[in-house]
Amino acid sequence: MWAFLTDRLSVNPLGDLTSETGIWTLRFLCLTLAITPLRRITGWNAIVRFRRMIGLFAFFYGSLHFLTYMLVDRLAGLVEFPGGLVSIETIRRLAASIAGDIAGDRPFITIGFTALALLLPLALTSTTGMIRRLGRKWQALHRLVYVSACLGVVHYWWLVKADISRPRYYALAVGALLGFRAWWSRRRRSRTPARTPAAHPRRMPESQRHTM
Amino acid sequence: MLIKRPSPIRSAEITSKRDYLSRRAFLKTSGLTAAALAGAGIALDGEGAPGAQEAPHGRALAGVQRSPLSIADKPSTWRQITTYNNFYEFGVDKESPARFAKGLNTANWKVTIDGECGRTGALDLEDILKGETLEERIYRLRCVEAWSMVIPWVGFPLANLIRKCEPTSRAKYVQFTTLDDPRQMPGVRSAVLDWPYVEGLRMDEAMHPLAILAVGLYGEVLPNQNGAPLRLVVPWKYGFKGAKSIVKISFVGQQPRTSWMKAEPTWYGFYSNVNPNVSPQRWSQASERVIGGGFFNRKTQMFNGYGDQVAHLYAGMDLEKFF
Repeated sequence: MWAFLTDRLSVNPLGDLTSETGIWTLRFLCLTLAITPLRRITGWNAIVRFRRMIGLFAFFYGSLHFLTYMLVDRLAGLVEFPGGLVSIETIRRLAASIAGDIAGDRPFITIGFTALALLLPLALTSTTGMIRRLGRKWQALHRLVYVSACLGVVHYWWLVKADISRPRYYALAVGALLGFRAWWSRRRRSRTPARTPAAHPRRMPESQRHTM
Repeated sequence: MLIKRPSPIRSAEITSKRDYLSRRAFLKTSGLTAAALAGAGIALDGEGAPGAQEAPHGRALAGVQRSPLSIADKPSTWRQITTYNNFYEFGVDKESPARFAKGLNTANWKVTIDGECGRTGALDLEDILKGETLEERIYRLRCVEAWSMVIPWVGFPLANLIRKCEPTSRAKYVQFTTLDDPRQMPGVRSAVLDWPYVEGLRMDEAMHPLAILAVGLYGEVLPNQNGAPLRLVVPWKYGFKGAKSIVKISFVGQQPRTSWMKAEPTWYGFYSNVNPNVSPQRWSQASERVIGGGFFNRKTQMFNGYGDQVAHLYAGMDLEKFF
């Protein structure tokens, strides 16, 4: 949008649209994954209130990315429209070509689609009511975002022609953010006395919480 | 002296916008006039001026002739051709070459000729161009990334240079090597490809009249981001076959292993002819986005539409195997 307003789009604006929506999906995924490490390190717990919004942004950009792919890549690539542009035949061909990609004609699209599909239940259960209703299951379900972010990076990695410098950058970011979680949970487990169940940290006395 | 210095333009010489916009009608009438004059045996100065023109950007090339091998499609704009480039020596983004190739020094350019040929050694660009008539060749360019442009190159047949080099009977392939200079080319500092960039053609492909060495664009000296000062153009193959900023031409007996073949052998074959039916890469080659050409893709043509002229080179070959 900024590039459009400042006339900085390249001579292939539709190509720009496809890549930019994809990049922003990855950026928002990284941001949402960064919230918890940031809380742990700084103790600034208030930022958790932004996590839902950032996560929904990731889903929103992922959806835009998929829509762009449907129109700019698949629909535009049909080339021939025997029944006209808006016809059952066009829809059938479009659906067949997308289904073919997802089914494995283009593995990087299979991966990308899976990453987006995993975000869908997370977006649907992001309401306060659903969080309350699902309780502890909610947290387990929302760990799917780890899988989705990894698949998103693989999707990017597989799609580039030769230069993996940028996919590698995102791989490092996602790796670091997930690595932090693994490190943190191991540290917590090793430091927590056996008599205190790690699963109920809230019941821990104040003095113990400071050591964590 | 082939390359003109830019001369200050008097405002009286600048074509008015009205005339510019009606240039096609003007060409038509002036063409008729020229034909009439030619019929009367009167030579017309500038009759062979290039057909594709845009507002001047750089140094104009003198004596450029039109070619019957040009296509009639409307050329892409100067901006499209010079800001959307794949020239990884200057970075992998499309806009990187336009930004970073400015510093490339193309003065005193030398091309080394070596291998199976009678005349080896370093040639100055001026030696290479000596005796050549520059032609405008308006060609389709199909990138392997499934986009395309129409480009008014200025150049001369590659076959002319090859003949000058007197290749021996052992020369089966021609190999082209691009400059590899980390001081001038920020892209070669990272190992995206196995530098220097190497491309190649089979001898009969290289001798084909459509294959040219380009030194210009839109009647002017080739911009650096497009492969100045000397680049290969092979319009029936994917764009990456056209080695840019060539510093070496070698005549070899074995099929060269090109940079892209080394990088992704399952994606890029030696021939890399434009072929809508074969897509070894992760995307389809069946259609292409025409840069500046609207929303819908265009169907990609076999040999990029040059099949009538080049299909015989591949008679009997399995093009799915030799992609």
